[in-house]
Amino acid sequence: MTITQIAALIAVMAVVTFSTRALPFLLFGRGGKPPKVVLYLGRFLPPAVIAMLIVYCYRSVSFTAVSGWAPAFIAGAAVVSLHLWKKNDMLSIVGGTILYMVLVQVVF
Amino acid sequence: MDRKTLTAAFPHTIPVLMGYLSIGVVFGWMMSAAGFAPVWSAVMSVSIYAGSGQYLGVELLSSAAPLADAAFLTLIINFRHLVYGLSMLEKFQGMGWRRAYMIFSLTDETYALLSGVQAPDGVDEKRFYLAIAVLDHLYWIAGSILGAAAGSMIAIDTEGIDFAMTALFLVIAVEQWRANTCHAPVLLGAAGTLACLLAFGPDNGRFLIPALAILVAGLLLMRPRLERLETSPEGGEIP
Repeated sequence: MTITQIAALIAVMAVVTFSTRALPFLLFGRGGKPPKVVLYLGRFLPPAVIAMLIVYCYRSVSFTAVSGWAPAFIAGAAVVSLHLWKKNDMLSIVGGTILYMVLVQVVF
Repeated sequence: MDRKTLTAAFPHTIPVLMGYLSIGVVFGWMMSAAGFAPVWSAVMSVSIYAGSGQYLGVELLSSAAPLADAAFLTLIINFRHLVYGLSMLEKFQGMGWRRAYMIFSLTDETYALLSGVQAPDGVDEKRFYLAIAVLDHLYWIAGSILGAAAGSMIAIDTEGIDFAMTALFLVIAVEQWRANTCHAPVLLGAAGTLACLLAFGPDNGRFLIPALAILVAGLLLMRPRLERLETSPEGGEIP
């Protein structure tokens, strides 16, 4: 990628991210009340979207060989178990990632 | 910014300091592993400033994703920010020029801090909020640069480090699962997206477009039921 392409991608991400943060202030900053349906979606859409993003992360697993799915599912299970047990973000993320790296590099 | 305000704000930000340094280091390391110079990690952390968004950004950059795909995925991943803004409308009122920066820097963690803290006596409230926002941003930038520098100097096999993004989402999901009594939205999100993945295939993540439509439609259909659960005194769970 050229420097221009990298910069353009970063700029798009920056502008879109800022827009998601600024939109509520633009729409309702002058005292208008958000419609109930917006508040409802704001309350229930985020958990659904996180589930969606997890499926997105697993989109490339393949079931033709064990090495195509086992590392991602084993490490994923480890992250969830670690987090249920210790409730420590960093431990779960770093621990799960190191396990995944060991699995793809050494085991499978 | 005066010393007094910073001294008052700093202790509140220590948990974010630990979190942002470590998650930022992983981000910077992923960027270096993907072959990008540390300066790009810094540019992203200054200008984008979003944890999960930047993890996704590494992937978008390494696959040279089309701009439209990048915009859409960034929008989806940051959708939750819309909610944060809604509950900060009043808090940021009357902050003048600082308001734009407060809105820009409204990450999950800063949002959580701002929702909970109160400025101590004798410290201006608005400056106190700004100090928290700026400190958090600096931790994030510092973490990214540290990670990027370490990643470009220490030669280890980094294959698989991109799993950090999956791990981050799983952690968020576990926390949300524990915080909510009703899990129907999560199950809808997983099932709807899986169906679209099977139907449209994984390329470029475009299956997320119909998936998002299904989620919104599904949630609107479930609205009467979910709102009843939400307001009923026992809370209750969808069977």
